[in-house]
Amino acid sequence: MITLTSVAKSYSSEVAIGPVDLTIPAGGITALVGPNGAGKSTLLTMIGRLLAMDEGAIEVAGLDIATTPSKDLAKIVSILRQENHFVARLTVRQLVGFGRFPYSRGRLTLGDEEIVSRSIDFLGMGELEGRYLDELSGGQRQRAYVAMVLAQDTDCLLLDEPLNNLDMQHSVQMMHHLRRAATELGRTIVIVLHDVNFASHYADRICAIKDGRIVHVGLPEEIMRGDVLTEIFDTPVDVVDGPRGRLAVYY
Amino acid sequence: MAEGTVTRPGPRVVAGQRHSGALPTARAGRRYATILAVLATLAVLVASGTLAWDNPMPFGSTGFWRIAELRATSLVIIVVVAFCQAIATVSFHTVTNNRIITPSIMGFESLYRLVQTSAVFFLGAAGIIAVQGVWQFVLQVALMVAFAAGLYGWLLSGKYANLQIMLLIGVILGGGLGALASFMQRLLTPTEFDLLTARLIGSIANADASYLAVSVPLAAAAGATLWLGAGRLNVLGLGRDTAINLGADHRRQTIVVLLLVSVLMAVSTSLVGPMTFFGFLVAMIAYQLADTYDHRLIFPVAWLTGFVVLAGAYFVLKNVFYAQGAVGVIIEIVGGSFFLAYILRKGRL
Repeated sequence: MITLTSVAKSYSSEVAIGPVDLTIPAGGITALVGPNGAGKSTLLTMIGRLLAMDEGAIEVAGLDIATTPSKDLAKIVSILRQENHFVARLTVRQLVGFGRFPYSRGRLTLGDEEIVSRSIDFLGMGELEGRYLDELSGGQRQRAYVAMVLAQDTDCLLLDEPLNNLDMQHSVQMMHHLRRAATELGRTIVIVLHDVNFASHYADRICAIKDGRIVHVGLPEEIMRGDVLTEIFDTPVDVVDGPRGRLAVYY
Repeated sequence: MAEGTVTRPGPRVVAGQRHSGALPTARAGRRYATILAVLATLAVLVASGTLAWDNPMPFGSTGFWRIAELRATSLVIIVVVAFCQAIATVSFHTVTNNRIITPSIMGFESLYRLVQTSAVFFLGAAGIIAVQGVWQFVLQVALMVAFAAGLYGWLLSGKYANLQIMLLIGVILGGGLGALASFMQRLLTPTEFDLLTARLIGSIANADASYLAVSVPLAAAAGATLWLGAGRLNVLGLGRDTAINLGADHRRQTIVVLLLVSVLMAVSTSLVGPMTFFGFLVAMIAYQLADTYDHRLIFPVAWLTGFVVLAGAYFVLKNVFYAQGAVGVIIEIVGGSFFLAYILRKGRL
């Protein structure tokens, strides 16, 4: 469970986030949606302690992220940003092995290796585990990063736009893998998504953010309504019943 | 961790088993071992060449060993400088997540130039002597480390802590100090300037054996700390966000590593003078040779490469060009050309 209590961050008098109060229950996928610059990623990076907040408190699984040592938090919550650029040359398996760092401090045990193998297989990357990251396509690389945070074995996973730069097939595959991680492995996943249709189809809860504040939280069917989406995105949205569920149409 | 219950799948691993070791395949493991062996052989060859080549006394005589002993001091200095530059540059690249800069641009060399120039400027030719001696050496190292500590502490612990800005300010301060030194050099007499120039080109001859008593323990302590923290360096190499995600105290660890780097750079610069491209050249070669992310494996390769390059340059200059003073010059020329060729050919760092 993730609890945010009057969390605020201000960049200037016009650009500010919060105060945000939000409770994300354990289990399932929670999607953060909203227009560009609404503060979705900022909120996510604050939960993942990559960015300090100005006011308020965040608790993940009952631990205050401001006071809990970072290395203990690394066993409870993991975060993946959009941009990951490494100077070092790593194979997929070496990268995923880093996910065990909070437990083994770099000296992997056989148990760690087993977890690494499981994470790689879970994302269907067994064939590619010996490849270097710079030899992979964008979609494969994204999957490798997700395998790393899965190997970290944390209850909460925070993902910042993991579908960025992925085509239709890879986006669907990625969401499918995350859905399985939530259902089969019981992880709590918080994900920033741009496409409300993806959110509506794969998430258990949608949290809409606009101008640094939470404007709607609810089940996908509560958010997937023309008037609600129009208000969130400031653009006319119609919701129609498609062959596989509701679809937001905005073009 | 009980003995025998846990195996460590580092470089040693059962064939065919899936593992995440630093050397992914058995072939990579053999390649690494071969490279290390070749480098070690080269190092021994260059070292014995330096000791024995062109030794006027017959081999085995008392005189032979006396001359060899004198030359051994230069070798020890080369070992220390190679160690400092190699370890410092690799660590610096890792924490800054940038492989095209070198720690010497952070003002160490400019500070060294300024100290040496001011000595001559204010004290005349006698100033050259005034800045030599163990206490002066310690003072100069302390000055450089204090400069770096102030810079890092100030720029990395504030609210807007930013590594890129810190680097930029370091470069600008370095440029400013260098300009001040150049200005003072303009006002020197030709004789004083000539004396000074000899000190400002990286040279093994600049070092005094008495400095070793201070520089060896300092370099060893800083190097050992970095070596023991190699696992943390590997994580820092993944960038700030990933490092914090994995539980690293990124800001504190970055400052600690930068301070250790500044100790190593200060020791090396105070010992032999500026060697801008040497560390960079060595680190670049070491990345290619070691071909792994693991600092435990990169460090030995980098140190050996540094020794072979520096001792090799020293040997060639001494025995072919009879200009042993100017290793800095040849390394900067070779290093600079290597850098350009490398960037143009590979297009990746």
